[in-house]
Amino acid sequence: MSGNVFDHLKSTYFQECSELLDQVYTHLTALDDGDSDPDTVHGIFRGIHSIKGGGGAFGFDRMVAFAHVFETLLDLLRDGKVVLNKDLLGLLLRATDALSDLIAAERTGVPAAAGFETAVRAELDEAASLPSAPTPSAPVRSVAAQPASGQPGLYRIQLQPHETLFKNASEPLLLMRELRRLGPITVVADLARLPGLDALDPESAYIGWTIELTTDASAARIEEIFEFVNDQCDLTITPAGVSAVPELEPEPEEAAPTPVASAVAVATTKPDSPDARRAEQPAAAQTVRVDVEKVDRLVNLVGELVINQAMLVQLGATLPSDMCPGLITGLETLSQHLRELQEGVMAIRTQPVKSVFSRMPRLVRELSSQLGKEAKLFISGEGTEIDKTVIEQLADPLTHLLRNAIDHGIEQPSDRVAQGKPAQGRIHLAAEHRSGRIVIEVSDDGRGIDRARVLARARTRGLVEPDAQPSEEEIDNLIFLPGFSTAETVSNISGRGVGMDVVRRNIQALGGRVTVQARQGAGSRFLLSLPLTLAILDGMIVAVGRESYIVPLTNIVESLRPRRQDINAVVGSGDVVAIRGEYVPLLYLAKHFGVPDAVTDASHGIVVVVENEGTGQVGLVVDELLGQQQVVVKSLEANYGEVEGIGGATILGNGRVALILDIAGLRSASAPGRASRGETRRNSNGHAVAALQ
Amino acid sequence: MAKRAMTVDDSKTMRDMVAFTLRGAGFEVAQAEDGKQALTLLASTQVDVLITDLNMPVMDGVTLIRALRADPKWRALPILMLTTESDANKKAEGRSAGATGWLVKPFNPEKLIEVVNRVCG
Repeated sequence: MSGNVFDHLKSTYFQECSELLDQVYTHLTALDDGDSDPDTVHGIFRGIHSIKGGGGAFGFDRMVAFAHVFETLLDLLRDGKVVLNKDLLGLLLRATDALSDLIAAERTGVPAAAGFETAVRAELDEAASLPSAPTPSAPVRSVAAQPASGQPGLYRIQLQPHETLFKNASEPLLLMRELRRLGPITVVADLARLPGLDALDPESAYIGWTIELTTDASAARIEEIFEFVNDQCDLTITPAGVSAVPELEPEPEEAAPTPVASAVAVATTKPDSPDARRAEQPAAAQTVRVDVEKVDRLVNLVGELVINQAMLVQLGATLPSDMCPGLITGLETLSQHLRELQEGVMAIRTQPVKSVFSRMPRLVRELSSQLGKEAKLFISGEGTEIDKTVIEQLADPLTHLLRNAIDHGIEQPSDRVAQGKPAQGRIHLAAEHRSGRIVIEVSDDGRGIDRARVLARARTRGLVEPDAQPSEEEIDNLIFLPGFSTAETVSNISGRGVGMDVVRRNIQALGGRVTVQARQGAGSRFLLSLPLTLAILDGMIVAVGRESYIVPLTNIVESLRPRRQDINAVVGSGDVVAIRGEYVPLLYLAKHFGVPDAVTDASHGIVVVVENEGTGQVGLVVDELLGQQQVVVKSLEANYGEVEGIGGATILGNGRVALILDIAGLRSASAPGRASRGETRRNSNGHAVAALQ
Repeated sequence: MAKRAMTVDDSKTMRDMVAFTLRGAGFEVAQAEDGKQALTLLASTQVDVLITDLNMPVMDGVTLIRALRADPKWRALPILMLTTESDANKKAEGRSAGATGWLVKPFNPEKLIEVVNRVCG
């Protein structure tokens, strides 16, 4: 097999493994929920079985050996020879984890630590060995005599098929063809059993053969050719000159020679048999596996097309309307189709959130048992589709939120009962489409947020002014501030130096936002709002001098033209603008990016108030707003380098490059006290613009 | 005319391996993910040999073999089942359902071609 194809097969295999493991986890979770459908255990068995089957072909011996032991136990479980209980379920989960690690080791080429699976393997062995289950060994038919190995020899092969030979579509002629590959043969037909024409069943085998073969192949090799017919004929293979060993009697047939008519009867499945029921289920959806790179290229190309089309529309608009009426209509149709094409292509990149949701139930299960709490996870909307890249980045924040819910939210069972709550806590994980975004909700019915404690903690950490009186919502959101931790003692579950601020940062990096709603004593509810895709962004095009910038729409709070008297200079932190009694710091984009010929007086331009969770509001001073548009995000890092405050670039309808602002980066880059570094960055930004144009 | 084979397996890896190997030996290869899909495909296509896994969702290999043998059109179709060492019972079941031969996983490509040649004219 050539290396390339082999690599391709391997990558298919690994992808398949991860899908199979997901299925296995899902089935295991179902078992944990009391599912007793035999198909569930069967599904687990099949998953492990498939992983093992493919792994063997690639020579992943260590993983296969482990899967084999695992499979043996599952087989016993499937046959009801082992009884499922909580311990066994835990073992199955651990074994799946170990298998998953072993697969990962094969994929990455970094071998797992020696003996890391030994303990689990021993447990599997032990669980499987409780019932003495002797493996029935297949009866092996002996060949009459040992060949004179290595030397050309003459073999006499006597073959008398049973009448049922054709039932399995075996064909003696093909066997002779195979024999002839080993050496010259002479064949004599034995018609002794052939009945008269009136008694002849055309689907039965009657003719026997005596074949003489001259070959240097071993008797075992000859016997192998008859491997599939061995049990359906009387076969003797003897080195010529030695007579066939008479005691080699044909084994009694399992069933008397079966006439074809009865074979048909056997084959018709009874309608109420499980097999028949399963057969009625619809076939799995047809899918095509495509390399993500190919899809990304497609996404990119469509992006280019969108830009091209925007240019054409702009050009078309400059023509007198009566000059070429067909062109305008044509362009409109093109726009419409292009939009559909774009949606279609984007849809390819989406995946159901199930792939990440399905890992969560066991996290909840393990954590709650570790903490002596009782919690159950309810999942809904797992079929909701979202960009693959977003899904991959979701696992960490979700894990953290769930950890948090169990560690800080759900109370000890006794406390819960004392408060009149059921001993078992409920955690909901839900996903849904909401106006062009995906909203993921993580909620629990635990103790909620203790606002007094949060506020006190924030005050001692200097996160809130001592005399400030934040609203309840503001207090709840304090937990997202860097360095904030509510746990009095940091537990090893959620206090791993990762706080809610990291969750927020991760979600923001995906263009999303996190909010929390809590009721003291009645639980908390975290909402993650995420864009459907990262490749396209809703943006506001703003003009600064002769440059255009894109402000992500999700960051914009409002835009206004301030009055002269609302703008004040504050020593040490620059200008601020008063909006409804609140002071918002101003950031002059022209000054920040070194753009000449721009508005320098905010009262002559527009202030776009943007907000970014964690950094507060800031007013961007621009010349004017040019309009709202969906833009295709092009990576700046890939083509130029990382620039703080810039999230990427896009090409506008007029062919010019516009930089997309990264509000969080912009805010920290312009923060007071960093002015000197801002200067150098400004220069490099100037280059960035020049290089792209 | 090229001979036609069909591989029935819920594992794409296995299907790809079988398909790749047999294409190299001059076969045209159709693929199905389970017994049900295989039957659907076979309603409108001709094959000279069928290679099926035994453990599959929706419709397993033994059921597929039985269904094929019940149909006069497929009574003489060479059918190979892919088994593993642990599948001894299944193998016997498939055999009595009418499988022509078997191949133990993992197998190497040469072995597959050899076995296919042994049952397929």
